[in-house]
Amino acid sequence: MSDAVKEPSMLLQKELIARNYDAITSARETGRKVSSTFVPGNLNELLLCFGIVNNLPEINAIQNGMRKLSGDYIMTAEKSGHSEDVCTYVKADIGMMGKGNIAPNGKPFPNPDVLLLSYTGCYTFMKWFELLREEYKCPTLMLHVPYEGDGQSTKNMRDYIVKQLKEVIIPGLEEVSGVKFDIDRLREALRNSARAEDDLVWVLEQGKRTPSPIDAYFGGVYYIGPIFTAFRGTTDAIDYYRTLRAEVQARADAGLGPLMPDGTTLSEQKYRLVVEGPPNWTHFREFWKMFSDEGAVVVASTYTKVGGMYDFGFRHDPDNPLESLADYCLGCYTNRNLPSRVEILTKYIEEYQADGLLTNSIKSCNSFSAGQLMMMREVEKRTGKPGAFIETDLVDPRYFSAANVKNRLESYFQMIEQKRRGGSRAA
Amino acid sequence: MPATTAETVARCQTLFDDLDFTAARAWKEAAPGRKVVGFLPVYAPLELIHAAGCLPLGIFGGGDRMEVIHGDAFYQSYICRIPRSTVELGVTGRLDFVDGMIFPFVCDVIRNLSGMWKIMFPQVWTKFFDTPQNFDPEVGGAYYIEELKELREGLERLTGRPITDAALRASILHYNENRRLVRAVYDFRANAPWKAPASEVYLLMRAGLMMPVEDHNGMLADYLDAAEAEDRPRRDNVRIAIYGSFCEQPPLNLIKSVEMAGCYVVEDDYALVNRFLTEDVPVDGDPIEALATAYLTKSVETSCKYVPREEDKGRFHIAQIRKARAEGVIYASPSFCDPALLDRPMIARRLTEAGIPHISFKYAENSGQMQPIREQAGTFADSIKLWS
Repeated sequence: MSDAVKEPSMLLQKELIARNYDAITSARETGRKVSSTFVPGNLNELLLCFGIVNNLPEINAIQNGMRKLSGDYIMTAEKSGHSEDVCTYVKADIGMMGKGNIAPNGKPFPNPDVLLLSYTGCYTFMKWFELLREEYKCPTLMLHVPYEGDGQSTKNMRDYIVKQLKEVIIPGLEEVSGVKFDIDRLREALRNSARAEDDLVWVLEQGKRTPSPIDAYFGGVYYIGPIFTAFRGTTDAIDYYRTLRAEVQARADAGLGPLMPDGTTLSEQKYRLVVEGPPNWTHFREFWKMFSDEGAVVVASTYTKVGGMYDFGFRHDPDNPLESLADYCLGCYTNRNLPSRVEILTKYIEEYQADGLLTNSIKSCNSFSAGQLMMMREVEKRTGKPGAFIETDLVDPRYFSAANVKNRLESYFQMIEQKRRGGSRAA
Repeated sequence: MPATTAETVARCQTLFDDLDFTAARAWKEAAPGRKVVGFLPVYAPLELIHAAGCLPLGIFGGGDRMEVIHGDAFYQSYICRIPRSTVELGVTGRLDFVDGMIFPFVCDVIRNLSGMWKIMFPQVWTKFFDTPQNFDPEVGGAYYIEELKELREGLERLTGRPITDAALRASILHYNENRRLVRAVYDFRANAPWKAPASEVYLLMRAGLMMPVEDHNGMLADYLDAAEAEDRPRRDNVRIAIYGSFCEQPPLNLIKSVEMAGCYVVEDDYALVNRFLTEDVPVDGDPIEALATAYLTKSVETSCKYVPREEDKGRFHIAQIRKARAEGVIYASPSFCDPALLDRPMIARRLTEAGIPHISFKYAENSGQMQPIREQAGTFADSIKLWS
C-alpha cells in the first residue's frame, strides 16, 4: 500500500507524537520521570504539573497494530499464559515487553516510574496495571472513577474522585517527581485544554454539513490524537486544533469531503453513518477503504468520545480544577450507562442526519461491546434508521476477516438504499 | 426431627433446579406488599435488602438446565454465558415477579447488563451497585457509606417503607449467623471432606441465595449435625481448592466430575456472596458504617477487587489454601470471563512461588462434556499423589 497523503495537521501530529516518544525513550538521560496511563480518564494536565512524561500503553498497542507487529506480540503473551479470551491491547503490551519493549522510534522504552491507574470506564485497566506492576515494581496510583450506573454523576462520585486526587494521586506524583504541586500550573493547563476542546468540538460538529468535510471515525481517530494523549493542556494542542480547524473550514468552504489516504477527497457521499465502537487497527486503511469505495462517510462516532466527551458542553475548568478533572473522568463515553449511550447515538443519528448506525463490535472490549446488539435495536426503534453489525478486533489480526466485513457492509448499504426507496424488507 | 443430609440436599436440589423460582414466588404471595429483589454475583449487601423486608434472590444465570434462545440474540459469541441466560430468564417471564434487581460491580459485562435491564424492564427498580476500589476509610469508606445510603433510599422507595437502623442491625445479626454457619460448613468440609461432598455443599450454598436467611440458618445447622453424624466412606482423594468460579457458576456435573476424578474440594470461591465478609459485622454502632468498614477491612480477595499492594496479590488465596490444607489448586474459570482470566497468570505465579501445584481450565455454565474435565482433574490428582 502506498504512503498515506497527509494534511498539515497530520504532519504536525506526527511530529508531536515523535517528540513525545523521544522524550519517553530519552528520559533516563534527561532525568525526567515517566508515567504509564490510560486514554479514558487521562490526567495529562496533572502530569504536566510535575514534568512527568506521559506514555500510554493503549497508544503503543495501536502503533504496533498499525505497524503489523501486534499479532506476534499477542501470541507471545498467549504462550506465556495469558488467555486467548482477554483484551488484545493488554497482550500486545505484555508481548512487546517480552520482545525488548521497543518504542516506535526504535529505542527501548524505559521502565515507567509510576503507573497512573486512572480506572475509568474499563474493568481491564485495573488488571492490566496489576499485571504491569509485577514486571516494573514501580508505584501504582489508583484513581477509581465510579460508573454512572443511573445515567448521571452524583456529588458523592465527584467528591470521591477529588478526595483521591488530593489524598492519593497528587501526593504520589509529588513523591515520584520530587516536584511540589502548583495548582496555578494546573489551572493554566486546564485553560489550554478548554481552548483546544472548543476547536475539537467545532471540528467534530462539521459532520453535520452536507457533504461532510470530515470523516468522524477514520479521520476522527487522527483528530482526537493530541487531545486524548500527551498533549491535552499544552499550547501544542491549541496549535494543532487551530490548524485542523482551518483545514476543515477550507474543505467546508470548497464543498469538499474529507481527505483520504490516497490524496483524494470523499466528496461524493452516498451514505452518512454514525459508528459505535473502536476501529480495527491492524487493517486500518483497508477497513477505511471499504467505506470510501462505497461512498460512505462517517459523520459522527462514539470512539472519538472515549477519551473525553466535549460535545455536550463539558470543558475543563480552571476555576474548579480538581472537580473539573473529576467531571471529565466521569463523563468519558464508556463510563456512561447503556441508556445514556442509546440517547447519545439517537441524537447523533438525528442531528447529523445519518442514514443509520453501524456498530463495529470489538472482541477485546467488553466495555464497549457488551450490550451493543440491544443498543443497535433500540436506536433503530427510536430513529427508524437501519442498523448493522460487524465484528473485528483492536489489534489482533486473526480477528479481521476482510471478506466478511466487506460483505456485511455491502449488504448494509443495500439495506439503506432499499429503505430510501421505501422498501419494507431488509437486505 | 432434624433433616438428614439426603433430605436437605434434596430440598436444595429442588430449589436449584427450579428456574421458575416457585419458592420465591410463594414467599412473595404469602403476604401482601412483599417485594423480591434479585442480585447477581459477586457481592451485594443482602442485609439491606432483608432489612427492607424484601427477599434477596440470587440470580446466578440459568445453568445447564435452560435452553438459551432469546439471550443469544443479545450477545456476541465472545461474551460469557451468564448475561445471556439472565436475559433469557428475564424475557421468558421467569423473573416477572422480581421487583428490583441489583447488579453489583463484577466486570464490564455485568455492569452493562444493568443498563440493558433498565431499558428492557423499565418497571423493575434496577441498580448498578459500585463498591470502592480505594480501601482508605476516609476516602473509599466515605464514598461507600454514601453509596450504601443511596441503596437504602432506593429500597425504601421500592417498598414505601423506611429502613430503620434497628431493622438493619437485626438483619446484620441474621447474616452474621449465616456467615458463621457457612464458615462452619466450610471448616467441617475441610476437616472431613468425605462427609461433606463439594456438590452437596455447593447446593446448600446456592439454596441459601433463594430463601429467607432465617430458614437457611436452620438448614445449615441441620446439615452440620446430620453430616457429622453420618458415616460415609473415606476415599484416597487429594485435597484441592477451586478458584476462578466466583461469577458464572459451573454446571453441577462439573463439580461432581472433579470429585469423581479423585479430588476432595476443600476450598472454593463459588457463590461467594455468603462469605465475602470474613468476620461478623458489629451491631453496636452505625450499621451502615459497620457494613462499609467490614467491606473495606474484612472481606475476601477476589478478581473484582483491586489489590493495592503488589506483594499482597494472591496472599488471601495462599492463606485459604494453607488453612484448608489443600494440596493443589484448580483454577476453573468461565470462558470469556475478564476478571478470572486476567487474574489467572498472577494467581498462577503466586501459587508457583508458594510451591502449590495448579492447573487451569475453562467452562461455561452449560458445559455438557465432562470427560475432558474428569481426565484433567484425574491426572492432576494422580500427579499430586505421585510427586508432591
